[in-house]
Amino acid sequence: MKDLHPHVFAALAGIFGILVLATLVVWLVGRARPSLDLGEMRARIKSWWVMAAAFALALVLTRKISLAFFAFVSFLALKEYLSLIPTRRADRHVLLLAYLSIPIQYLWIGMEWYGMFIVFIPVYVFLLLPMRMVLIGETAGFLRSAGTLHWGLMVTVFSISHVAYLLVLPQRVNPLGGGAALVLYLVFLTQANDVAQFLWGKSLGRHRVVPTVSPNKTWEGLLGGAGTTVLLGLLLARWLTPFNLREAAAATLIIGFGGFIGDIVISALKRDLGIKDSGILLPGHGGILDRIDSLTYTAPLFFHYTYYLHA
Amino acid sequence: MSRVLQALFFWLVVRPFLLVGIGFNVRHRERLPVAGPAILAPNHNSHLDAVVLMTLLPARQLHRIRPVAAADYFLRNRVLAWFARAIMGIIPIERRGGGREAGADPLAAVSQALERGEIVILFPEGTRGEPEQLAAFKSGIGHLARRYPRVPVIPVFMHGLGKTLPRGSLVPVPFFCDVFVGEALYGLEDHKAFVERLTGRMQAMAGEGRFPVWA
Repeated sequence: MKDLHPHVFAALAGIFGILVLATLVVWLVGRARPSLDLGEMRARIKSWWVMAAAFALALVLTRKISLAFFAFVSFLALKEYLSLIPTRRADRHVLLLAYLSIPIQYLWIGMEWYGMFIVFIPVYVFLLLPMRMVLIGETAGFLRSAGTLHWGLMVTVFSISHVAYLLVLPQRVNPLGGGAALVLYLVFLTQANDVAQFLWGKSLGRHRVVPTVSPNKTWEGLLGGAGTTVLLGLLLARWLTPFNLREAAAATLIIGFGGFIGDIVISALKRDLGIKDSGILLPGHGGILDRIDSLTYTAPLFFHYTYYLHA
Repeated sequence: MSRVLQALFFWLVVRPFLLVGIGFNVRHRERLPVAGPAILAPNHNSHLDAVVLMTLLPARQLHRIRPVAAADYFLRNRVLAWFARAIMGIIPIERRGGGREAGADPLAAVSQALERGEIVILFPEGTRGEPEQLAAFKSGIGHLARRYPRVPVIPVFMHGLGKTLPRGSLVPVPFFCDVFVGEALYGLEDHKAFVERLTGRMQAMAGEGRFPVWA
């Protein structure tokens, strides 16, 4: 067990409190209106329970377990991505190298080697994979393969690993609760932002933002959701972050709008591939990419914002 | 003894590797038999095909699952032969032109397994062939179905294992894999017609998925 600040435990308790409430509401609605089909909603909440439990355990156990958890999330996301996109048989060993970059990237984090963490995938892996492809010698589809593979690594490994790096930031960055509190703040607000945008859009949504990419995304959902996220974030900032109110306002705007962009970027990927969900790993949600889509934008943006101001 | 080793191997090695390393999307798992006699007729892309099906079937049936495999390939040396028989529980059969005596029944061992109430895995393509491409079915499955018209023949379409571990490769590369279980067929017609019906069913199942290009 790590030596965690009481605020971290309070925040975790809050998350489970929300899940208890959501479970209760769905149960009551199901009883009051038995004709309503709540199967999808029940599956979704059940998946939330599983994800929240895994996330909470990963956060409170040892640091190695926390890093291994995020490495595993990257692995699942990369595997899902590589299973969805066209790949070349000739690239089998290149894909293996891409998978190998996951433990190495998280190893740099464990070593708190910031310089290597920040260049490893954008520079060294970027240079290595095309070299390996060239040595294999298959040129048909080379650009597509090199491009799609590196894009996938940036999204599923590099971006997501920023969540993990928050955990190893020195205590002085966030005297209140340390890195674990920042991770909770980021992940909770990103997911809450998703839910809030969905609920605002469902109830008031009229004007579409990007009709060709995601017809369900509306300005009402985006602004209402981001506004909710800002309010939530301002309330929580003094318990979990080193931010003053003005800094917290900007951080939450980054999460609110960044999360939206991450969401529609993965939507564009799915639309391009002609699929609805990225997978079946999380019943009610779809695949793992469907769940971490927003985080692929909010994690690096929030990390660098925090790093710039307080590290 | 080998039953214990087999269970240990599947629980400690195969299951963790398949469920964590690879990951499966199984459609209509409830159509898999809970007990024998039954014949599973999957398409064949990879050495992993049989172990995947053995993992998806009920665990207590493990020692009663018998993949039919080529004797010349799997019995070619003593270590492999021991593994194939004791751990995988294969029924070795002689391929055409192999050491089979003229007039001997090539499906005798498979028939005996079905009589004992075991679950037989018989790959109708006969060989892995080109990964992720469906080859023409051999007639053996038709003869077997005709011989046992009350034994269900369950077509299974699998995609992805050929990408994960194709013929000629030793190192698996993780991909999520699809396993579509079809409705049981019974051998009510002559063997050719049955093979045709099975082929049609398999092609229809292959058409249900959306698979990215891999070449």
